This record gives sequence, structure tokens and C-alpha cells, in this order.
Amino acid sequence: MTDSTKKSTIDSSRRDFLSKAAVAGTVTIAPGLLLHSTAQAASSGNISTRPHDEDVSNKNRWGLLIDTEKCATGCTDCVDACNEENGLVSHGRPETDAQYIRKVTLKEKSTGHESSLPLMCQHCETAPCADVCPTGASFVRADGIALVDKHICIGCRYCMMACPYKARSFVHEDVENQKLTAPRGKGTVESCTMCVTRIDNGGIPACVEACTAENHNAMIFGDLNNPNSDISIALKSRGGKQIRSDLALNTGVRYQGLNE
Amino acid sequence: MSKIEYTSLEGKSPAYFGLLGGLALIMLLALASVFYMEHEGHHVTGMTNQIVWGMPHVFAIFLIVAASGALNVASIASVFRKKIYEPMARLSALLAVALLAGGLVVLLLDLGRPDRLIIAMTYYNFKSIFAWNIILYTGFFGFVGAYLWTMMDHNVYRFKPYAGFFAFIWRLILTTGTGSIFGFLVARSAYDAALMAPMFIIMSFSFGLAIFLLVLMASYRWTNMELGDVVVNRLRNLLGVFVASVLYFTTVYHLTNLYATQHHGVEKFLLLEGGVFTNIFWVGEILIGGIIPLILIYAPGVKNSRNTLGLICTMIIIGGMSKIYTILIAGQAYPMELFPGYEVSSSFYDGVVNGYTPSLPEILLGLGGVAMTLFIVAFALKVLRFLPVSLADSVADPHSAK
Amino acid sequence: MTRFLRQFAVPVYALIGLTLLSPSAIAETPFPTIHEPSDESLKCIHPEDEMRRNHMKYILHERDETMHEGIREEPESLANCINCHVEPDEKGEIAGIDSDKHFCNACHQYAAVQIDCFQCHADRPQKFINRNGHSSSITQQLKRTLADNAGVNE
Repeated sequence: MTDSTKKSTIDSSRRDFLSKAAVAGTVTIAPGLLLHSTAQAASSGNISTRPHDEDVSNKNRWGLLIDTEKCATGCTDCVDACNEENGLVSHGRPETDAQYIRKVTLKEKSTGHESSLPLMCQHCETAPCADVCPTGASFVRADGIALVDKHICIGCRYCMMACPYKARSFVHEDVENQKLTAPRGKGTVESCTMCVTRIDNGGIPACVEACTAENHNAMIFGDLNNPNSDISIALKSRGGKQIRSDLALNTGVRYQGLNE
Repeated sequence: MSKIEYTSLEGKSPAYFGLLGGLALIMLLALASVFYMEHEGHHVTGMTNQIVWGMPHVFAIFLIVAASGALNVASIASVFRKKIYEPMARLSALLAVALLAGGLVVLLLDLGRPDRLIIAMTYYNFKSIFAWNIILYTGFFGFVGAYLWTMMDHNVYRFKPYAGFFAFIWRLILTTGTGSIFGFLVARSAYDAALMAPMFIIMSFSFGLAIFLLVLMASYRWTNMELGDVVVNRLRNLLGVFVASVLYFTTVYHLTNLYATQHHGVEKFLLLEGGVFTNIFWVGEILIGGIIPLILIYAPGVKNSRNTLGLICTMIIIGGMSKIYTILIAGQAYPMELFPGYEVSSSFYDGVVNGYTPSLPEILLGLGGVAMTLFIVAFALKVLRFLPVSLADSVADPHSAK
Repeated sequence: MTRFLRQFAVPVYALIGLTLLSPSAIAETPFPTIHEPSDESLKCIHPEDEMRRNHMKYILHERDETMHEGIREEPESLANCINCHVEPDEKGEIAGIDSDKHFCNACHQYAAVQIDCFQCHADRPQKFINRNGHSSSITQQLKRTLADNAGVNE
């Protein structure tokens, strides 16, 4: 599958080998991944250039920016891409089926103005899910991605009670044919991972990729900590709203075009 | 006051074995439900991604809250030195431990991964009130267990006041912790109130005492031992105060919400338009769980009627379950307000009141916890001496003799 | 404290697994051999004996580093185990984790230790996972179900 496995014949110093593979810089993990040259990306802040053997750090803060004016009502390209990427399938039971992203249609009560937006885990800096999780299975990675460590999730669902965005799903049945990069199983809680495996391999989330590929361009992914990234530039020029900003959770997902 | 004599149940009658057998059967059914739920996955329950905590949690929280309250009688005896409660302290502590065990088992068996109990015990996130609760529950067993030991073993009898005091403090912290499970949730309009913790404490007093009274009266009736009116009426008056306090807290909670405009939506839902939830609130929680028992407790005509008191206690238990049901389920059923000022719709039930129909396995699991509690009590009463030989008026309060 | 306690988690799991063993499996199962990857260059990141004894330590170590620190380079990842050691047989059929032919299951049956990995993780390399059974997307199905429900309610 990858360069790394093919080279992994000797068991000398693993780290040695790892850094070599990372320098190669063109490691492709999943098909359809956008490939950027390392040098260009380093300055842009639009994708991760972290070597694979280096811990994630708070140097980066990965985020999404969604322009609701470009997001068409009824379009589900991002949702479909997410379901495909994570192997989410319907069991014909919408109340218990997992959804990482959902399209929300908004109608302003006073004006009747309609808009549409994708809503997913908002990747809060101070995430209520991580605060309440008894085992620490819900956590926010140093680079701002909120994740569930399903190895230690006991399925208590307290995070689902705590999440102000209703962003989480509980796996209500046995799961088969999981995607290699998206492990998921019965009895644990899950939500949008911002396609963390893609990000770690220098890619962008599947939803953003699909939205861009279809020329909607309603979603931007990038490093909120890097002032040169597309997302930071867009935020600086037009601002961005956090959903339920009253809770001061400092979300990693921001929205433009929402009246308020 | 003369030394109190304790006895254990003889426990040889067919009725006793019938009781144990019946309870065991319910526990077995509950276990079967658990296997079914865990094997199929939670989609066979009424719980969904919208109503994530359901009937098992209603039972579990009720039992855990009542556990702390059941210790009341012992606390009043040891901490506040009221002699009249002294003989009943053992039963009170036993019931507290049994209720907690029953509640925890339900909570545990509803987990998505109950096989990972060891992880719950070894990985702690100390910012989580839930993780703290795991410690509080374990500690409760320890403290109340030690307290029971000091009461029952005359070698360590001299430590009883200390054990009783720590058990008392611990159980206040424990119920604060249980209430805070909801109080610390900022996400949902119906929760997120500091009042939750004290309200849960006063709820524990009321529910715990109601269950204690039922167990006490049943034990003495079925063993033909004497239980005098002095003791019972003292407890009955206390119960009245607790029921009134719960009503008071409920009123304050809703009044506070009604004052804040942003909470009008959820209050309208709970109090007026919530359909089944509104009915459960007014009929179950307020009428059956509050007003009627209050009237009956202080009604002069039925003052010494044990049957009426049994009815009162049952009503308080039903009311208590209703109260937790409205807090827990209605709180989740009301849609989260993500976009104030907008009408929202989505494929994930945004902006919709979520329905919940408890499934049979869930209810059986909850009843299994209740059965386990009663099984522990019935069994313990046979093996050890928990019950005073007599609680007749002359024993309980010699000064009352005319 | 928690770190100290954590080290017991695995042995305790193993014990739980052991208690769940089915006695008949031992007598009947032959000593399992591990399928060697057909690609010569992929062989042996560690000697077989070492792997038989300690694969879980490698995987567990990997698990926490990858999950929490984002380190994704080390060869001893579960995904790599599966990618190299699970291949189609002569008939072109590929064994899932429920099959005796799956190299993880074969050995674990023999040792009577329950595996917890594949309730969540893919048991076959991605290229062999047949997803045709679930071709319609979750949103399409959801829309359909919602439409059906709406029809019923009205």
C-alpha cells in the first residue's frame, strides 16, 4: 500500500527509517489524495507538513471555514463524500444511523431568508465532550482535532449529552467492512475526525475535497495558526462566526454568511 | 436507654424463598435483556442518537439518588444524635448500600461496552464529573461499609461516630456529584443549573426515606415483629418536610427559568406543550409525587394508617421516577437551540422534538436493578442482624410511655 | 497513578479472554502457520517467534502513539499486519476475521485469546473489502426513510 510498508523489511532503528520516508514527502496513503509539494505547503499552511515521526503540536490548529452563501440547499456532496470516506452506511433506521455531517436548512424567522450549511463536529478548543468523558477517550489533539479514542471509549454517551452541536453518533449495531482509515464499531461513540488520517498525510478532509472538486468552493481547510493560510486570509478579510459563540468554546469550524 | 437487641430473619418460610425466587427471576430477565441489547446493539432499545440516555438511566439515577437518601435515618442517629433513630441505623445503611449497588449495575450494564469496566476503573479523566462519580460511588461503599462494621462489631463500636460522620459527608458529596452530571451540561437548555445539585440532595432525602419506610414496614409486618407508631409517625412527619422541600425546589427551578427569556421555549415545552412529558410532569411529578402525598401525610383521618403510609411512599416513588424522567428524557427531547432566531431542519432531527418509546429490555434492565437491591436487602437480613427485635413505642422512646 | 494502573489493563484483558476460551478449540485446532506475504520485499519486520509473543505490545504502543500523538510511520501498525498477511487464497477468496483462515483468528483460536481489534478495525486490506453490498449512500437512504415516514404521518 505505502512506501513505508515496502521498505519495512529491516528492523534496525525504526525512527531512522521513518524520518527517511517522511523526507521523501510524497507518501500517498489513500487514493485521490491531493498532492502538494512539501516546499509550497510549508509556506501556505493549507496542509500539514509535519514529518510522520513527529508528535502533533499546538503549532498548528486545523480548522474549516464554511461559506453558507456558496452552500446550496439540497446539495449533499460533502455529506456523501464523508459517508464514503468513513464507511458510514444506513441501516434504514435514521434515528440510530450515524451521521458525521448533516446539512441543516435555516430559515430566518423574521425575514424568511433561507440558507443551508453543513454541520459537523466543531472541533472546539475547550471541548465539552472531552471535559465530561470519564476515561479520557474523548480528547482534543494538540493540533485542535477533537477525536474519540475508541480503544478506551466505554460507550457511556455522556459526551453526546454534553455536545452543544449534537455532532456525535453512537454506533448502535455491529459494523462490518470498515474502511482501513476509519475504524468504527458497536458500542462506541464517534464523530467527524476532520479526516485526521488524510490530514496527517498531507491531505485535506474528504468533504472539503468533494466541495472543491464539484466547484462549489464553499469549504476551506487549513491552519488557523498560520496567518498565510487560505483559511486565515479569508477569515481576516470577511470574518467568521462560531456557532453558539456564547459558550466561548473557540471552535475550529467557522461560518461566513450567517446573518446575526 | 437500654441496649438494643437485634435479630436476623429466620428465612425458612416459603414466602421468604418465594420473595427471593421472584426477585431472582426478575434479575434473570434483566440479564437476558442485557445480553440481547449488547448482542444486537442499542438499536433494539428506544434510545437513539437524539435520546441518548433512556429508561435504564432513569432507574439508575433514581436508585443512586435514593441510596444516598436511605442513609438519612442512620445519619440522623449518628451525626445528629437523635436516639429514636438509633435502632434503625443498621437497616438504613444496608439499604443505602443495596440501592447504590442496584443503580450502578443498571448503569454499567447499559454501557455500549460493559466489557470495558476495567478501563473505566483504570483510565480517569479528572475533569469529568462522571469520573469523579466513579470514585464517589466506590467511596460510598467503603464508608458506609465501615460504618456498618462499627455498628455491628462491638470491638470497633467506639469508632461509630466518626464512621457515621464521614459516611454522612460523603453521601452529600455523592449526591452533589450525581446532580452535577446534569448541572454541568452547558449544551442543553433544561440542564445547566447550579440548582441541580441541591435539588438532587433534597430529592435523595425524599425518595430514600420513602423506600426506607416501605422496607421497614414490610420487614416488620412479614416477621410479625412490633413496629410502634412513635417511630413511624416521626419518619412520616420527616417525609412530609422532604416532599414539601422537593416541591419547593421544583418551583424555584422553573420560576428561575421562566424569568429568563431564553429559557421560555423549554419551559413552555415542559409545562404546557410537551404532550406526554407535560402530563408526566403535572400528573406524575407534581400531583402523585408531591401534592397528594403531602395532603395524605398531614391528613388527620389517616394518621396512624400503615396502608395509607405505604400508599404515600409508593406515590413518592412513582413521583420520583417521574421527576427523573422529566429531567432526563424531556431535557433531551427538547431540541437544542443552535441557531437562535432561525427555524432549522435537517436529516439529523434538528429543530424537532425527539420522541422516545422505552423498549421492554430497557425497562426490564431497570427493574432488574430494583430487584437486585431488594434481593441484597432480603438476603442480608437473613445472614446478619440488622433488625431490632422490637420497635414498639416503649422500646423506641421510653419517655413516651404514658 | 493512572499510568501505573494502565499497565495492568492488557494482562487483565488477556485473563478475561482466557476465561472465555472454548475448550474444544484446543484439541481440534492444528498449530497455526502464518501466511507469508507473497511479495518477498515485505517479509519479516521481526522474527516470527518475537511476533508471536509480543505483537500485542507493538500494536498497543502504536495505538496510543498514533491515536494521541499522530505518529503514523511505524511499521508495526495493525493496518500493516493486515495489509501484508491477509491475501486471497488460490481460489481468490479472502478470509474475514470470522474465518479460521484469517491469520489473526487462526492463532487466537489456538491460543484461546479473544481479539477485540476487529470490532472496529478492518480485517482485510482496503483493496479486498467489498463495499458493493452497501452501494446506496446513507443520505440517500435517510432521505428515503424520512420521506416514507412523512408519508405515514400525514
